Amino acid sequence: MSKRVLLGLLLACGLTASALAQEPKTGGVINAVIQPEPPGLMLAMIQNGPTQMVSGNIFEGLLRYSPKLEPLPELAESWSVSEDAKTYTFKLRKGVTWHDGKPFTAADVLFSVEMLKQTHARARNNLAQVDKVEAPDDYTVVFTLKQPFGPFLGIFEVGSMPMVPKHLYDGTDWKTNPYNNAPVGTGPFMFKEWQKGSFIRLVKNPNYYEKGKPYIDEIYWQIIPDAAARSVAYETGKVDVLPGGSVENFDVPRLSKLKDTCVTGAGWEFFSPLAWLWLNNRQGPLADKRVRQAIMYAIDRDFAKDVIWNGLGKVATGPSASTIKYYTDDVPKYAYDPAKAKALLKEAGYKGEKIRLLPLAYGETWQRWGEAVKQNLMDVGMNIETISTDVAGGNQKIGDWDYDIAFTYLYQYGDPALGVGRNYVSSAIAKGQVFNNVEGYSNPEIDKLFADGAVATPDSKRKEIYAKAQKILVEDVPVAWMLELQFPTITRCKVKNLITTGIGVNDGFKDAWLDK
Amino acid sequence: MLSFVAQRVVKGVIVLLAIIVLNFFLIRLAPGDPAVVMAGEAGASDQVFVKQLREKFGLDKPLPEQLFIYVKGIATLDLGFSFRQQAPVSKLILERLPATLLLTLTAFAISLALGVLFGTFAARFAGTFLDTAITIFALIFYAMPIFWVALMGILLFSVTVDWLPSFGYETVGANLTGLAHVVDVARHLIMPAMTLGLFFMATYTRMTRASMLEVKRLDFVKTARAKGLSDAVIQRRHVLRNALLPVVTLAGVHAGTLIGGAVITETVFAWPGIGRLMYDALLQRDYNLLLGVFVTCSVMVLIFNLITDLVYRLVDPRIEFAA
Repeated sequence: MSKRVLLGLLLACGLTASALAQEPKTGGVINAVIQPEPPGLMLAMIQNGPTQMVSGNIFEGLLRYSPKLEPLPELAESWSVSEDAKTYTFKLRKGVTWHDGKPFTAADVLFSVEMLKQTHARARNNLAQVDKVEAPDDYTVVFTLKQPFGPFLGIFEVGSMPMVPKHLYDGTDWKTNPYNNAPVGTGPFMFKEWQKGSFIRLVKNPNYYEKGKPYIDEIYWQIIPDAAARSVAYETGKVDVLPGGSVENFDVPRLSKLKDTCVTGAGWEFFSPLAWLWLNNRQGPLADKRVRQAIMYAIDRDFAKDVIWNGLGKVATGPSASTIKYYTDDVPKYAYDPAKAKALLKEAGYKGEKIRLLPLAYGETWQRWGEAVKQNLMDVGMNIETISTDVAGGNQKIGDWDYDIAFTYLYQYGDPALGVGRNYVSSAIAKGQVFNNVEGYSNPEIDKLFADGAVATPDSKRKEIYAKAQKILVEDVPVAWMLELQFPTITRCKVKNLITTGIGVNDGFKDAWLDK
Repeated sequence: MLSFVAQRVVKGVIVLLAIIVLNFFLIRLAPGDPAVVMAGEAGASDQVFVKQLREKFGLDKPLPEQLFIYVKGIATLDLGFSFRQQAPVSKLILERLPATLLLTLTAFAISLALGVLFGTFAARFAGTFLDTAITIFALIFYAMPIFWVALMGILLFSVTVDWLPSFGYETVGANLTGLAHVVDVARHLIMPAMTLGLFFMATYTRMTRASMLEVKRLDFVKTARAKGLSDAVIQRRHVLRNALLPVVTLAGVHAGTLIGGAVITETVFAWPGIGRLMYDALLQRDYNLLLGVFVTCSVMVLIFNLITDLVYRLVDPRIEFAA
């Protein structure tokens, strides 16, 4: 008994101490790097990475997601799902205002849904199962689905479904709306200034609905196009935050060792970037499953992780990253085994036909990775020719199916129905487009599994379906999965609570504070 | 002289038109579709979205029609709309123009002043240790890639001794005004301007030296010496002035390329200029923006060519305006 009391006291003291130590301080400026410069900040109309990173502070979605991808309240304070899993009711937070002082209501949600269906391709796909959206009152929104859609609660993050002010956009030409250049949201920070080519400045929203937040007064997003110069800017104290992917990987260990520097790989759970090699299943040696399997055996993925990615990330086991829902590692495994690769190539009758490899033009790390893979494949007797292009040229070649092997990495958005199926189902084969099923893999069983998985209930059923799909895909090797990428965020240790959700720095800095 | 200028302007317009048409097709020959690039960045590449983007930007129209629309726009000084940045091209270029001109004109002044000065000394002391030292100094900066000089400069002056800022146009967030702002911008300008200036300096040094040595051998220099003029006067008034003609030609060509010629320097030093705008536009296949920058650069080249021709006459009155 006395031990228990003592333990309790110790715990209580510890908690108090840590609570005191973690008491957020207000004020201060964060200088962060944004790379590349976003083309615009209107998140409902431009959905590339840098736009979301900056605008995730200005705009908000109905929900956020924890690192385990559980929904958290944002503009919706609560939600409920009907028993037939077809009606989702969201209760909106009261007292929320847009940056211009007008109240945020259910009418804004209804308008946003309609606008996003036209301007945001991913939102349109996500909303395809929605039959109707209604607002019984100013603070309630009801989505009725045509049929149950498993990942539905996963589509409300700010980048996937940002809320747009109806009073500023309704009835205007969205493309030329002046608020595209001075965006108005409900978020913790307001747009203040953008000097093109130099910096974007956001300031604290004094009327933010979460009292006391945000803690930071201002954020400067600095635009520094050269990777080495970005590292120097951090080294010389000009910036405090290097979001994932801002510096080349070989600089990460050096910068990590600098005084007062903290590094984290957290904050990418929702996106779960997964890198793989597209393998053109249509023609030549790669049409043979055994050749594709040989490629999996031939590539030393641990080397890529340890040397090229400096130990960051994880070797992928299949089409799903281990951080997303319904992942299973109960699939066939492909350890680095050049002898097995050679045997499979021999069995498949590969006679040294030329195979074109398209690396990804995203900088040094990717170039080195391309070289390493080429070497691995040549070691088992494959005749590899590297084709160099820039990003746009590479996309064109991949979209036109004019390649044999090509590097890529894609986000998975937390759920196989949102970010995995699109790369393997035969309905996603469409020439001229990238990031769908460009490898040309077609398997009726997989088509059915992904179709069923999206609408199945309950959760256990979905799990079963996706486990089966993963097994079949890993056996067939439609593409060669490489690594679950990790983009480390490097910060000064005085920057606290920068990453609190599974969306990371893309979710705004509303919880961040400076320990001065 | 007026008819000379008029004729040159007419020729210039024809050249410009040819440049526009050529570039219009050349850009489109490069593989890569702007709509696919943008759809890719949006994390979604369905047919409907790509089609929407093509229609939105007029890329679904036949090429000749797109060209006609573009040339019609140019005739009314409308450079079109940037697909990617969702803003008029002229606005985007004008935003970047001051920073670019500040950088390139400073670098131009540095390269010309130092180049002519060093070239003169090298010619005056030809064959001596000073001549060799100047030649080596100039060639070192000419031979080293600009990005390397830039990075070494950053390493030395920003990281090691911490005298100069490593990136940007001004100290972000300092909100300086007046003289303090001028000093701040100047501090940011030193490294990029020197990097670019020292690179071009070499050509002026070598050109001035060679040209002066050639002129020095001519008879009128001997005459001047026979008249008893001092060496300084001969060098300055007779040799240098006559030797400057090729240097002016070079400077004219160089001045014309000032706007788009600083891509690497602007990138390494995060200088918010047009070179970077052009580079980003190229990677994104932002056709209108790219063409807009090309047109602006071409116009500058044509203008500076005309100015060079006019300056010739000031430097050498023997040249007449052959209309």
